[in-house]
Amino acid sequence: MNTVKELQAKLKELEEKLTAATQKNMRQKIETMSSEVVDSNPYSRLMALKRMGIVNNYERIRDFTVAVVGVGGVGSVTAEMLTRCGIGRLILFDYDKVELANMNRLFFQPHQSGLSKVEAAAETLRNINPDVDIHTYNYNITTVDNFDHFTKVLTTSSLTGGPLDLVLSCVDNFEARFTINMACNEFNLTWFESGVSENAVSGHIQYICPGETACFACAPPLIVASNIDEKTLKRDGVCAASLPTTMGIVAGFLVQNTLKYLLQFGQVTNYLGYNALTDYFPTMTLKPNPGCDDSNCRLRQKEYALKPKPEVAVEAKEDEKPIHEGNEWGISLVSESVEDSEPKVVEGIKLAYTLPGQSSIEECKEATTSNDISLEELMAQMKSI
Amino acid sequence: MVDEGTRKTLSNIQLLKTKAGPRDKELWVERLKEEYQSLIKYVQNNKEQDNDWFRLDSNKEGTRWFGKCWYIHDLLKYEFDVEFGIPVTYPSTAPEIALPELDGKTAKMYRGGKICLSDHFKPLWARNVPKFGIGHAMALGLGPWLAVEIPDLIAKGVITYKEKTG
Ligand SMILES: [Zn+2]
Repeated sequence: MNTVKELQAKLKELEEKLTAATQKNMRQKIETMSSEVVDSNPYSRLMALKRMGIVNNYERIRDFTVAVVGVGGVGSVTAEMLTRCGIGRLILFDYDKVELANMNRLFFQPHQSGLSKVEAAAETLRNINPDVDIHTYNYNITTVDNFDHFTKVLTTSSLTGGPLDLVLSCVDNFEARFTINMACNEFNLTWFESGVSENAVSGHIQYICPGETACFACAPPLIVASNIDEKTLKRDGVCAASLPTTMGIVAGFLVQNTLKYLLQFGQVTNYLGYNALTDYFPTMTLKPNPGCDDSNCRLRQKEYALKPKPEVAVEAKEDEKPIHEGNEWGISLVSESVEDSEPKVVEGIKLAYTLPGQSSIEECKEATTSNDISLEELMAQMKSI
Repeated sequence: MVDEGTRKTLSNIQLLKTKAGPRDKELWVERLKEEYQSLIKYVQNNKEQDNDWFRLDSNKEGTRWFGKCWYIHDLLKYEFDVEFGIPVTYPSTAPEIALPELDGKTAKMYRGGKICLSDHFKPLWARNVPKFGIGHAMALGLGPWLAVEIPDLIAKGVITYKEKTG
């Protein structure tokens, strides 16, 4: 039988072997991106974008910090793409754990079950590209306790200690989207919203620059019309379906537009939808709603109105002469008449629901009026029922 | 849009008027008072109508709520712990009500035991910001969920009746 000492020695030996093996497989950090085309250069094909005249200065990618909020089916793939592209810093938020039920999606592997999504993702991503500085936060951003920390990270965690260059929403619920919207309006951060429908056969991305384009609260959520009669959509026994295909496509759209935005090439699409059943990709532009419920959105709109508009913009030229049909709609939410308060959307896109003019359920009881009674008394009263 | 049953449920619950969330300091206190007044009235009405089905309580900031809900099936009373937080975006978005002990027992739940709401709930809530409060979320979210899911879970043997000791 082995003595404790012998076992300890054996353990040390194995640990050393493991470290050596891990280090052997992990590539060293690369100081500067090179465009040299050799087998050992992980950036050669990306730097080729420069030689081909697509991107002026690809190595600028290393200066940027992007947050991915929600590291699920869309977010994990988004994070992997950005990592492979050599983004400077990547900040991940999620509070979920990896489960076997996630294995119909890309990125995570069965052996990671039980780990927090952000930790599991960070480990894989650091292995893929050790040059990317990855920060992780394992909490729910919608709670009062976490929101302040969340906004602090968004406003101070860039590579220069300032606000992030871009926030990507890859969350799967309305509450979290609304939270990101609230934070980005308040702190004037540009972000992309993304989503896949609960029936897994449509998705979208939306570019939101506070004050310039419609925010998530400016109108009811825009969704891609699936042409499936809602009444025939069976929801018995399940909350949501998911497909790796739809999620991968949406992640691809999201990162493509992220690269275009950060590296300033091509045009960033304001709203891009995807209908998987018909392979239809509607696009549109949505201006902010002057009557938006979010006061910070209204403030950003005022600021934007005062800002001199750049004349150089390539988009401006192409606005006059749309290159493809779906783009010619410069839809505005601004409307004079009361009846026309709903935004018009292009074919293939619809509002998730409509909002009433003012009041809706009039039959309800009067609004409660708070009188002299204190909150403590009310709490006690509630307890005593 | 709103059917007769929903209308009847709604007529039982007082509406609120202050649009304030937990980050709004004094206004939030105002809102909390309205929430409590509306809830107290609602629970009292339920008791009077012999339809008492939940109790709720909050921390002193009113940001975390917890309590119990009951569901009567074949004359037996099934009881569950209820909990939820008030999101920073409240009341623009509804609280996500959770029944933690049923987490993993039904597909009609999201992580953490948050109940899966019907397609009608969110639009209805959005149309009634800031008039809807916690009572409405309970009545229009949790109530119908229990009515559909609990009999099903009992039939499947996933939950069984526990004799009260207290
Ligand atoms: Zn807005």
